[in-house]
Amino acid sequence: MARSPENPAEGSVDVASGVVPFSRFLYEKGLQLTRKQTTTLQVNVGLLCNQACRHCHLDAGPGRREMMKGETVEEVAAYARRGGFETVDITGGAPELNPHLATLIEKLSPAGSRVMLRSNLTALNDGKRDFLMEFCRAERVVIVASFPSLDLSQTESQRGEGTFGESITALRRLNALGYGQEGSGLEIDLVSNPTGAFLPPSQAEAEKRFRRELERRWGIAFNHLYTFSNVPLGRFRAWLKCSGNFRTYMERLAAQFNPCAFEGLMCRSLVSVSWDGYLYDCDFNLAERLPMDGVKIHVSEMTGPPGPGTPIAVSDHCYACTAGTGFT
Amino acid sequence: MEIYYDPHDLPRFEEIGNDAPLLGKKFFEYYNAVFAEGALTEREKSLIALAVAHAVQCPYCIDAYTQACLEKGSNVNEMTEAVHVATAIRGGASLIHGLQMRKIAGRLSF
Repeated sequence: MARSPENPAEGSVDVASGVVPFSRFLYEKGLQLTRKQTTTLQVNVGLLCNQACRHCHLDAGPGRREMMKGETVEEVAAYARRGGFETVDITGGAPELNPHLATLIEKLSPAGSRVMLRSNLTALNDGKRDFLMEFCRAERVVIVASFPSLDLSQTESQRGEGTFGESITALRRLNALGYGQEGSGLEIDLVSNPTGAFLPPSQAEAEKRFRRELERRWGIAFNHLYTFSNVPLGRFRAWLKCSGNFRTYMERLAAQFNPCAFEGLMCRSLVSVSWDGYLYDCDFNLAERLPMDGVKIHVSEMTGPPGPGTPIAVSDHCYACTAGTGFT
Repeated sequence: MEIYYDPHDLPRFEEIGNDAPLLGKKFFEYYNAVFAEGALTEREKSLIALAVAHAVQCPYCIDAYTQACLEKGSNVNEMTEAVHVATAIRGGASLIHGLQMRKIAGRLSF
């Protein structure tokens, strides 16, 4: 449950994390985290993934069985139509491993939303779903691809052996289909996150370097690069603790709090649906099973987007989204 | 004092200006200006700083600029190469002085 900022007993520093509870932190700064207009529907279609990345806040991996069923896909698509969302952001796990993915995308298209697919690239190009890249092109799906580092060893220490070369191959295929090419209208964005317990580089500087190096080394083009902090949940939290980095990482996140990032947080304009159809303020709250408004609401019960002014459930992992340039 | 180098002193660096506020202010203004992006990127400057930190053997600087290099997007290969640059210059500086040794020894010897 979201912690109440009114409870002064919650003001002390958490000895384990070294930081004051996030709710208390906001209270002391006179800030409130509430919704603006909700324009994005994020859909988590399951936790099954072909990778088991060390930073994964959801503990997604090959052993997970949580998967959005066909019936829920229908309910989510209906909600997308009712809600009139500008953007639908499909995530996982590896969304490509959900057999209903194409159906979901097809059903979202008539809603007029911009559809984004968060891909780890290797599931998109593993030889088992050859139709999917062409399908995404035909449906004008925006590909948002994990590409943490230009360095092979950094990438593979995070995502697993062989992922770097496979990602390069997938990016080149997507470029050949028109993705990232000027005038094609086919957008591919990259997501870079740190390969350990440190913060990400400046987005603008990293984008310049990635653009230059990807073009120079492999002739790869892309539209935008986003840099995000790793969120101290799931597998990443377990690693932080066992490696002895948890406390200093939390302190570093808290020390980097950025009021400008706070204003533009994605949770202000996004609602996230889990594979079983329940609503959360973001994918990280979903990982923590911290439901929107503190109660489990099923997507089928919602008449439209949550209204402006609705409070957003917070916990200490929110420090990750407010550090530096934040999660927008 | 139990140890000369305490990692907890690193975030307290700015306290060095407490009894010399004007000098401290001037130093930190200069320091921040040096590390801002200019003809060199912040990432490149952090790699230079990491190399220099090894040359001057400052554990605080090594701690700070290892973290800074990672946070600017560098990898351990690049950082290790930077340390080798510092090592090459340090080693080369010793070796070039060896010519003095050889000249002096030559003057003193039959």
